[in-house]
Amino acid sequence: MAVGLWKWIDTRMPTLGAEWRKHAAEYYAPKNFNFWYFFGSLALLVLGIQILSGIFLTMNYKPDANLAFGSVEYIMRDVPGGWIIRYIHSTGASAFFIVVYLHMFRALLYGSHKEPRELVWIFGVLIYLTLMGEAFFGYLLPWGQMSYWGAQVIVNLFGTIPFIGPDLALWIRGDYVVSDATLNRFFALHVIALPLVLLGLVVAHLLALHDVGSNNPDGIDAKKLKSPDGHYLDAIPFHPYYTVKDIMGSVVFLGIFCFVMFFVPEMGGYFLENNNFIPADPLKTPPHIAPVWYFTPFYSILRAVPPLFHSQFPGVLAMGIAVVILFFLPWLDRSPVRSIRYRGSLYKTWLALFVIVFLILGYLGTEPTTVWGQFGFDAFFLDTKDIATWVARLCSIVYFLFFFLMPWYTVRDAVKPVPERVLYH
Amino acid sequence: MNEHEKVDKTRRNLVVVTSVVGGVAGVGAVVPFAVSMWPSERARAAGAPVEIDASRIPPGELAVIEWRGKPVWVLRRTKEMIASLKTVEPRLSDPQSKASDQPKYAQNEYRSATPELLVLVGVCTHLGCSPQEKPADAKGEMGGDWVGGFYCPCHGSKFDFAGRVFKGSPAPLNLVVPPYTVVSDTKVVIGEDEKTKGA
Repeated sequence: MAVGLWKWIDTRMPTLGAEWRKHAAEYYAPKNFNFWYFFGSLALLVLGIQILSGIFLTMNYKPDANLAFGSVEYIMRDVPGGWIIRYIHSTGASAFFIVVYLHMFRALLYGSHKEPRELVWIFGVLIYLTLMGEAFFGYLLPWGQMSYWGAQVIVNLFGTIPFIGPDLALWIRGDYVVSDATLNRFFALHVIALPLVLLGLVVAHLLALHDVGSNNPDGIDAKKLKSPDGHYLDAIPFHPYYTVKDIMGSVVFLGIFCFVMFFVPEMGGYFLENNNFIPADPLKTPPHIAPVWYFTPFYSILRAVPPLFHSQFPGVLAMGIAVVILFFLPWLDRSPVRSIRYRGSLYKTWLALFVIVFLILGYLGTEPTTVWGQFGFDAFFLDTKDIATWVARLCSIVYFLFFFLMPWYTVRDAVKPVPERVLYH
Repeated sequence: MNEHEKVDKTRRNLVVVTSVVGGVAGVGAVVPFAVSMWPSERARAAGAPVEIDASRIPPGELAVIEWRGKPVWVLRRTKEMIASLKTVEPRLSDPQSKASDQPKYAQNEYRSATPELLVLVGVCTHLGCSPQEKPADAKGEMGGDWVGGFYCPCHGSKFDFAGRVFKGSPAPLNLVVPPYTVVSDTKVVIGEDEKTKGA
């Protein structure tokens, strides 16, 4: 019966079967995928979760400055199952960034950004940028104090751009202050425009990947060698081998996801910030404004750069470069090998430093600059005595050096010879 | 190359011209969408400059007027108030208003276009509360060296009669001076000056 139905469809639309074979049943992936290879499929899973939960949230949410905050409370209290849908969506937002950060780190480990996968990487960075936009627009919608002032601060970042800045900020807001007009357009961008862009980019990311084939923990070509009977020695079909593996990963992931969702949905103020349980008040700024955790490394860089020529623009520029530099990674990395397994100590050290400063910057961005107190002495070069600001400056420098020095240290690095066939570790 | 494979230059040029013209039309089609994101007429009207008849403010009195959702103060300063500005200078964080926000014509010792009329956004630069006027005779409450100014009830920031913040206040900067124009003795327009007129 099922076979008959499939035959009937296949004769009328052979594309379906052909695409299934091309992207799953006969897509040969290296057989040595490890833990780090869960996060691509998990990102896809979270995207699905966000779209599904988002659709149901829009059924009760009202994108109106007078009604938005109340409608979110209404979802939480009165809509049957509303609280769980909202917590799915808010937990999903943070989960998305955790998964994507780990996915990107995987690329740094195994050189997945290197030739011939530059386009895969570029589409990936575009996905990451779109995701940041999606998160920013979505965060305004609950119309709490942090939504409001976070949007105010971020829109004002654009206002610091020389010449066009103030007009650009006005154009983004659609009003002289963050207002109903801003909320309404952010809603449109969050629920229609960016999800469509995101889906398109995900398709491009996967098509580009499947054209060149997946990288692996050894960073060597897994499809080079074939057995005498014509089978790849080091690659296996994605379906069923990796579909099963990814389902297993998804189950573990969903277990953790549900634990967070049911027991710590606010994650101590990191996933849902405390100030956001207070309705937006344009006349009263909260004492401490911090973005959600996934933006804090970049926020730290922004704060670390002192204003120059009475303008905050240098900080904004540094923050922008910190993100945009990712696009150039495939060309900054000039190592002859891909995987960290065969790289030398220089790359390993720089990567470790990069991870450490990224985490420190991330932590500092959640705290006020006074968190580590002040220096007890005074000196002419100390424009601020806040210790945390100076630590953030140091970390920002290391962050940029990781990229700017990469063409140098990846070439100088003492690499090891790569094996002929993939290994299991 | 035979006759069929030759590129017909005229047709090729037509294709190019058509593509360019079509492309221009395509870019033009973006315009309505882009302009729709500017502030609407309603938002513009709500954010439009407001007028106040300054002649009705007696010396020493403060008028409060709303502009873009914020309280704007118009104070007609007395001679004593203006004289007090000089005496408090050593006690101010930013007496020359170098770091503070004001139009060019208000970056002077009075922080105003004309010495008598002071125009300020009445929102504390600390956390956005609205300060209160405390005249010079409020010494009992404000301390013996108080010569008059503004006081924020939320976190205790003190400002002089030019909106300049006193040292030791939590507010980082002087109160903001909005763009404004003194058109005549009777008419002050808030939210509009030479620079903003174009926008």
